[in-house]
Amino acid sequence: MLIVEHFPVLVVAISMFAAFTILIAGWLLNKKCCFFISFITILVQFILSIFILHHVLTVGTITYWLGGWAPPWGIEYVVDALNAYILVILLFLSLVCVMYSKRYEEHEIPNKIVSYYVLYQLLVTGLCGVTVTGDIFNMYVFIEIFSLAAYALIASHGKIALKASLTYLVMGAIGACFFLLGIGFLYSVTGSLNMYDISCILKTGDLYTSRVVQAAFTFFIIGMGIKMALFPLHTWLPDAHSFAPAEISAMLSGIIIEVSTYALIRVCLSVFTVDFLEMYFPITTLICWTAAMAMIYGSVLAIAQYNLKRMLAYSSVANMGYIMLGVGLCMSSSFGLTPALMHILNHALMKGCMFLAAGAFIYKFDLWEIEDFRGLGRKMPYTTLSFILAALAMIGMPPSVGFVTKLYLAVACFQAGQFVFVAVIFFSTLLILFYFWRVIEYMYIRVEEEGATAKEVKVDEIPWSMLIPVLVLGILCFVVGVLWLVNTPAFPLMDIMDAVNAEFGLGVVP
Amino acid sequence: MIDWLIEELFAKYNYWISIVLMLIGFYAMIAKDNLIKKIIGLNIFQTAIFLFYISLGDITGGTEPIVSEEMIAQGYVYVNPLPHVLILTAIVVGVATTAVALALVILMYEEYGTIEESEIIELERESAGRSDTR
Repeated sequence: MLIVEHFPVLVVAISMFAAFTILIAGWLLNKKCCFFISFITILVQFILSIFILHHVLTVGTITYWLGGWAPPWGIEYVVDALNAYILVILLFLSLVCVMYSKRYEEHEIPNKIVSYYVLYQLLVTGLCGVTVTGDIFNMYVFIEIFSLAAYALIASHGKIALKASLTYLVMGAIGACFFLLGIGFLYSVTGSLNMYDISCILKTGDLYTSRVVQAAFTFFIIGMGIKMALFPLHTWLPDAHSFAPAEISAMLSGIIIEVSTYALIRVCLSVFTVDFLEMYFPITTLICWTAAMAMIYGSVLAIAQYNLKRMLAYSSVANMGYIMLGVGLCMSSSFGLTPALMHILNHALMKGCMFLAAGAFIYKFDLWEIEDFRGLGRKMPYTTLSFILAALAMIGMPPSVGFVTKLYLAVACFQAGQFVFVAVIFFSTLLILFYFWRVIEYMYIRVEEEGATAKEVKVDEIPWSMLIPVLVLGILCFVVGVLWLVNTPAFPLMDIMDAVNAEFGLGVVP
Repeated sequence: MIDWLIEELFAKYNYWISIVLMLIGFYAMIAKDNLIKKIIGLNIFQTAIFLFYISLGDITGGTEPIVSEEMIAQGYVYVNPLPHVLILTAIVVGVATTAVALALVILMYEEYGTIEESEIIELERESAGRSDTR
């Protein structure tokens, strides 16, 4: 057994081990060491995840049997191209956010640093666990681990965040319970918990027409729909995203709802398989229409917001629409899952950057409202520059990441013959342009109304440990966009997509 | 009609009970203004699912799942232990969720002096209004 084949379990294990090390070290030694333990652990995890991705692309799927028990009885970790890709994205954003969190949390909650990093590490553990596992009940447990850590982290700044967190907790618990109920239904007809095993039993036993299986599928869709804030079930999202600490907002928007999307994709395609979805064809059409509504609704409500973080939160609802539109179109275009998976990475970069920048404005000048941003472009040139790079990417300026997503989605719509959704993409782009332009206008253009001339404004930037994450994400918004368009051997993004589509039998036009 | 009642309602009463409990929990979560009652609703909802799992694993006349080859040959029927194990895990998750929820409610009580959701929203709106005029 190669050493790489142990990495999936190591990614989860060292993260959880670090969580408790932080707790002990923080109490016994020094509060300062918490950040370094957390940072080094996530860095190691990130390096491991890159090895996993490389191994998956060159050799093939990694399977790991926990405790040496063979799959239908024991828990199995399965890492294929899809998980490995999500794992790298989530650990990259976690790394960036933990770097940003050092100064931000020392400033905001100096007394609670130890518990903050313990929870952060548990959040990363849960997220990694969901991505690497091949056992459906194990997935449920990890979903609850990261959700619980997320509830506590959202509430860490107190006040109104407490209510936002409780709303998220109640909604999230209902979502997880539905997921659990779905598992129960599937278990009652198949008698197995291993995803691959369940899909085999469903196929050989000809159970696709069973009412129980259909009910289980519905429960999975609704349960994960709540967790990922799919349009009519998104009500917890705006509060939770706008009142959480900056880097937790970035994690929530960039990774947590994406990992829930991954769980949904995994259950839909690995457990129920494409054959089941084809049998009930309106499912994908329904997903497409919900996604289209989310895109319009999220963008319209984003225009109505005066608070920057709240505006970004509604923008997340719209962006989940883009991802779900990609999922809904996966069977009717030659791109398969490519647009959806593409946007998972792209959204993580763009929203990560924007939420971290919004946090920087709060950290430095305590500015929440868009109207207060007058002249910020001169005071904080680098932060606003990265914010605007991400905003331009969101609008879809070529060759940014947003442009690539919209291009692929639009072509996928044309191939599927769904011209309505092309119009929806175009219309939502106009709305996005409208609400981001407002921010850009306040930051750069409406300076002179204050009466201060340009020379009097002093540059007052955030510390470098916060600035580097923001800048890196802002620049990556354009670099990754170019990488999507020119598939270089060093960053074979398109090869990953092809591997995923080949695995699920997608990307072949019927 | 009678046949339907017997087959669908009385023979499967355990599933109906868990559905009814689930809806009671749902009602409490949606309709109750008191946050503690909301959390109790959440607990009832979770417990309904636990009961669903437990009744799923049970067989009429089944013994405990500690059996030898001979006993199976003699025709012993045993209860599937796996749903119980799963529910042990799910109970732990449920307890953790409740603990976090109650901790949040305590903090909210310290912050606002009330645990009625509508009053908290009202207080929050007032303070937001004040910051706007400022």
